[in-house]
Amino acid sequence: MRINISKRKIKDPFVAKVEEISGQNLLACYQCGKCSAGCPAVSEMDILPNQIIRYAQLGFKDELLQSKSIWICASCFTCNARCPKGINIAEVIEAIREILLRKREDHLKIKKLSDAEKGDVPPIAIISSLRKFTS
Amino acid sequence: MKISYYPGCTLKNNAKNFEDSTLCSLKRLEVEAEELDRWNCCGTVFSLATDDLIHHVAPIRNLIRVKETNTNKVMTLCAMCFNTLKRANERVKSDPESLDKINKFMYREEVEYEGDVKILHLLELLRDEIKFENIAKKVVKPLKNLRIANYYGCLLVRPKEIGLDDIENPTVLENLITTLGADAIDFPYKTECCASYQTVDKPENVADRTYHILTSAQSQGAELVSVSCPLCAFNLDHRQKETVKKYPEFKNIPVLYFTQIMALALGCPEKDLRFDLHYINPKPVLREKGLL
Ligand code: SF4
Ligand code: SF4
Repeated sequence: MRINISKRKIKDPFVAKVEEISGQNLLACYQCGKCSAGCPAVSEMDILPNQIIRYAQLGFKDELLQSKSIWICASCFTCNARCPKGINIAEVIEAIREILLRKREDHLKIKKLSDAEKGDVPPIAIISSLRKFTS
Repeated sequence: MKISYYPGCTLKNNAKNFEDSTLCSLKRLEVEAEELDRWNCCGTVFSLATDDLIHHVAPIRNLIRVKETNTNKVMTLCAMCFNTLKRANERVKSDPESLDKINKFMYREEVEYEGDVKILHLLELLRDEIKFENIAKKVVKPLKNLRIANYYGCLLVRPKEIGLDDIENPTVLENLITTLGADAIDFPYKTECCASYQTVDKPENVADRTYHILTSAQSQGAELVSVSCPLCAFNLDHRQKETVKKYPEFKNIPVLYFTQIMALALGCPEKDLRFDLHYINPKPVLREKGLL
């Protein structure tokens, strides 16, 4: 895959926004890969947690905003617990989700779920998915 | 001993077995759990965004309810409530400006919150205040020859600042289970995420996790799995239906709350165990061990 790195992308306000919402210093990451090594969701992801951080550093806004991974992460905090640089990766992923959700772009279409799908699951599951996936 | 108790929404619904078995056990241990007479949903997940104060209002409002009962300690059972309440509390404690804003937003509350409520999970109450050696004295039905794998999931142990045990290798559930006479089975997936709320729109992802977590426990000889979170309980028990569809060789295994297991050992009646709420019926294995 060809990847274009440019100053324009790196200086995109998106990078600062991610840092601001997440409260994380993206440049602290030295790409050790520990976050992805421990992540239980990597098999369902298109961009792995360490790549998410690298993409965010480089301002790969479109790739991140369109990625499946941001909706697959369940904020389990395994990556946060293991990052040797103290980066909260789950917070970075939340920030990327927030950037979309704050434009009122809901990911979960609750109306599309059948009554059986909604009725079976416990209230905490419904509330938390609404909190994470809707605006 | 008396303790203020915050149940949360799911304990009154799908997880009634968690609540009833806890209340019966605590009675046997001479502890009175006093449910807050007003409480609201905690929001279930702690907001990770730095600028999202509004989502800390719900948990903090519950802590005001605790203050109104003239105490500054509250117990929870649900791992999600525990995590959300405790993290929101830590957040406002370390950031007086946020606390001030949240208090101003809730200007109609009579009590101003000061960050001074202690949030305890039931496991901490059992381990640190009641103490396991005193629980051992109350066991009337030792759980002999019952091999239990103990599953923690995420929110009791992560992040470290609020976790109630070692972040990578917690042992509090194992220690409790052995106090009750059962054999604790160790397995590598005990703090692996069950995919949590993904269960709403991606049950097939949960089926994968359930498969890996439960087959790992089974491979170490577990006859049942004990859990401490109502969402883990749903995913590991009820999603076995989807798991079998995806992995036909998968063998069902009962999943119980640690409080049901404790209630059994402490001699609570079957009506407080609410086995009717389970997908996989735990009765056959418990009968086989002479526990029912
Ligand atoms: S564990 Fe931390 S330092 Fe290592 S790749 Fe992940 S974010 Fe970067
Ligand atoms: S928080 Fe998200 S990215 Fe991090 S380990 Fe868990 S699922 Fe993976």
